[in-house]
This record gives sequence, structure tokens and C-alpha cells, in this order.
Amino acid sequence: MQYLLALYVDESGWEKMTPEQQKQGTGAYMAYAEALKSAGVLVNSNRLRPSATATTMRTTNGKTQVLDGPFADSKEQLAGYYLIDVADLDAAMTWAGRCPAVQHGVVEVRAIWTM
Amino acid sequence: MHEQAHNLAEAVARNSRAKLVAFLAAGSGDLAAAEDALSDAFATALSLWPAEGCPANPEAWLLTVARRRLIDHLRRQREIPSSDDLEQLAELSDFAGAGAAPAEDDLPDRRLALLFACTHPAIDPVVRAPLMLQVVLGLEAAQIASSFLVSPAAMAQRLVRAKTKIRDARIPFRVPNRSELPDRLDAVLDSIYACYSEGWAEAAGTDVARRELAGEAIFLGRLLVELLPNEPEVWGLLALMLYAEARRPARRRADGEFVPFTQQDRRLWDQGMIDEADSALRRASSGETIGRLLIGRFQLEAAIQSAHVEGARTGSAPWSSIVGLYDALVQLTGSPVASINRALALAEVQGTGAALKSLDGVSADPRIHSYQPYWAVRANLLARTGLNDQARHAYEIAIGLERDPVVRRYLEQVRDALPGGLAS
Repeated sequence: MQYLLALYVDESGWEKMTPEQQKQGTGAYMAYAEALKSAGVLVNSNRLRPSATATTMRTTNGKTQVLDGPFADSKEQLAGYYLIDVADLDAAMTWAGRCPAVQHGVVEVRAIWTM
Repeated sequence: MHEQAHNLAEAVARNSRAKLVAFLAAGSGDLAAAEDALSDAFATALSLWPAEGCPANPEAWLLTVARRRLIDHLRRQREIPSSDDLEQLAELSDFAGAGAAPAEDDLPDRRLALLFACTHPAIDPVVRAPLMLQVVLGLEAAQIASSFLVSPAAMAQRLVRAKTKIRDARIPFRVPNRSELPDRLDAVLDSIYACYSEGWAEAAGTDVARRELAGEAIFLGRLLVELLPNEPEVWGLLALMLYAEARRPARRRADGEFVPFTQQDRRLWDQGMIDEADSALRRASSGETIGRLLIGRFQLEAAIQSAHVEGARTGSAPWSSIVGLYDALVQLTGSPVASINRALALAEVQGTGAALKSLDGVSADPRIHSYQPYWAVRANLLARTGLNDQARHAYEIAIGLERDPVVRRYLEQVRDALPGGLAS
């Protein structure tokens, strides 16, 4: 069963970090991705550009509206994801718990709707 | 004949339901489908058994019928079955053999895994106890709703949501391993105790659904000691519930008025239940369960109940020991509720002044100010110190916070009996 681990973090945190801290942070994520790969559970993962670069679209009264910015106006923004393939929610939660993002943000675990 | 068949179906429904639901749902995680299939099977039993006679192995008979229903359901659900569906079908069919009913002993017991699924950390804590009551015991949403003081529609919605999550997010039906067990078991125990407390909170004794809830909780407690006989806290919880339940007949006078513990007629206590509680508590601390490090919350609370029961029997409660048990409970749980009860025990050992002082320590917690027992205990201690005006004020607040009219009436009587009050 596939699960999406969606990472929500406070983006301003990154800019406030020293280059040394940033390097450490990147290292933690790389190690995590490596662990997912070697366990054979990683399907795919990506880091997203900051939410300031987001564009949100919806249709109101038949008219397409475009908004400059992310959908949700919250401190924590979607910053990246891991798509993993594991047996059940317990396994997905175990992996989510190891994700560096739980130290400085939140990780949402969502089951993929198999068609 | 008809009645006999009916009674047998009811008995199997009660005793085997959890086992059958657990088995039917374990593969797909689809509790709702398993429950539907099982109720179909029960309905079929009620229509066939009176005419055709009761089967030799009713549990296996029900399983066979329910399994067919479930297979039909899974086939109908999708035109192209997913690999998960096929797995589930294969497992169910394997078990069906050539349609022969399996012997009862062959049916894997997945009830424990079911209890852990219902109390999984990914399930909202407020719905865990209701979910257990519905899935394991088969209670209707409306019945559960009235006990938990929410509307039937809201309860039904919560239950559907929880079952959907178990199925779609694939919460596994499995017994946690050693390292996870303590935390996961706490969730099961807390949920069972929540069922019991809801049943116990019904003070008037007239709300049958809620009174029965206490009985259901004890049923779950007995089931859990059967499934996890080496866990001390499981025995502790059972003991605690039985001590409380044993005193239920003495909690009300014949006219329905509230009777505080110290004034209860202990001839009304259920001695059989007290004996069972005693032996459960002994079992909790016996050699068979030793090796688990710390004494738990439920054992401590049961030990306190045991001391009170012993005290009522001998005429003098071992107050120092009771304070010691409360000390341990406060340290373990940090619960202000435990601190409040500790104050009452402390009053017997060190006097009401010391007890009031210890209560002041609790009042820093803002939640406590809307907690009725805090004010009732405070009022009691103030009255015993002779501070009647302050006691009256504290009773006033306790009365204002109490939702049960019977308890409210009792508190009003105590308040009115305080010396120096204005005649009302």
C-alpha cells in the first residue's frame, strides 16, 4: 500500500539557519532518503520551492481565478513529500516518525487511493 | 423450540460476535462490511434455526453464512477486484474449505488485534471507546450516543468515519510487539475504563443504557484478562471496575437518594464481585505477572478501593496506606483528581488543616475550578474545620457544577445541614 508523507514546515526557519545548520539539515534529509531507498520502500520524493512561488487556481461562477500564493494561509506550508510503499499504516507511521521534518514541522500521512 | 433457537442465537451473538467480526474483518480491514455480513447471518439464523433446529456448532454455522455474504459483498463492490480483494477472497475461501464449517478451535482468535485496531493511536481518542462498544459488543450508535452525551447522528458519523479510516488508511489488525505494548495497552485500558466511567456516572440508576454500559465494560475487562493474562494492569483494571460495581446497589436508597460511601449499607454490596476483585488484584501482583517493572495506575486505584472495602469490613480503614497509595498515584499520573482524593485520606491521618493545605496545591490547576469533586471535597474539609461560611460557599459551587439531580439534591442537604446557615 502506498502512502504520501506530506511535509509541512515553517519556511522562515530555513533562512534563519546558519550555512552550517543548513548543511546539517540537508544531510539529515539525504540520510533519510537513503534509508527509505535501502529499505526498498521509496517510490518517489521531492522538495518543493517555497510557497511564495505557489499559484492557486479555482473557478468561481464559471470564471477561472488565479491567486498568487499558496492555498492555505498558515505558518506551516507544504514543503515536500515522500511517496512510500509499505504494508500498513503502522509501517507508514514508523517511517514518518523518522522523517527529519517531525523535528521542526509536521508530517501528514495519507493513504493513496488505489484505483 | 423457537424460543430456544432465539436464545441460542442471542447467546452466540453476544459471546462470539467479537471473534467473528475480528476474523471476518482482519483481511480487508473493512469492519462495516464484516458487521453487515454478520448481522445478515444472525438474521438468517433466527429465521432458520427454529424450523430446522440449532446447528451443532452455531459459531461455525454463522461464520460460514457471514463469509458467503462478505464474499458476495466484495465481488459486488468492484467489477475488477484489486489484488487486496483477491487476497481477502482467497483467505476467506481457504477457510471455507469445500464449504465445510470449520471446527470452532480452528478459528483464529483475532479479538485482541481487533481491540488494538479500535484503540490505534491514529484513531481519535474520543471515538475509541464507542468504537469498541460497537464493533466488539455490537451496541447501536444511538445507544452509545446517549451514554456519551452526544446526538445519535453525531455518534453514528464518528463511528463511520473511524471505520472508514481503519479500512482506507489500512490500520493493521495486529497485536503490538513488546516494545510498543505498554503504550498501546494503555489506550485499550483507558477506553474500557471510559466505558465503565460513563456507566458509573449514571448516578440516578434509572438510565438503563448507561447502567448496562458498566456491565459491558466489565465484559471487556474479563475478555482482556483472558487474552492478556500476564499483564498486571489488565487485572488491575478488572479489579477496579469490580470493586466499584459491587457497591452499586448501595449507592442509592430505595427512594433513589444518593448515599455516600461512608454511609452505605455494606450488606447491599455484592460479595461475589468483591471476592472476584480481590483475586484479580492478587493476580495483578502475583509471580505470574512479575517482571513488568512498575505498578500501574489501575492496580493502585484498585488497591485503594480494596483498602476502603477492607476498612468498611473491619471498621477502621488503613488511612496511612491509602495516603501512600495516593502518593504513588499522584506521582505516576500527575492527576489533580488523585490529589483531591488524596486530600480526603490525608485528613484522616494528619487532620483537616493539612488536607486543606494540600488541596491548595491543586487549586493552581485552572481545570480544577470547574470540577465538582474538588469543591465538594473542599467544602467537606472546611465544614469539618468549622469554617462553615466558606464551606457553604464551596458547596454552592459544587451544586452549581453537578449535572446529576440526585447528587445535587444530596449536596444541597449537606449544605443546608451546616450550622449557622440562614433557613431557606
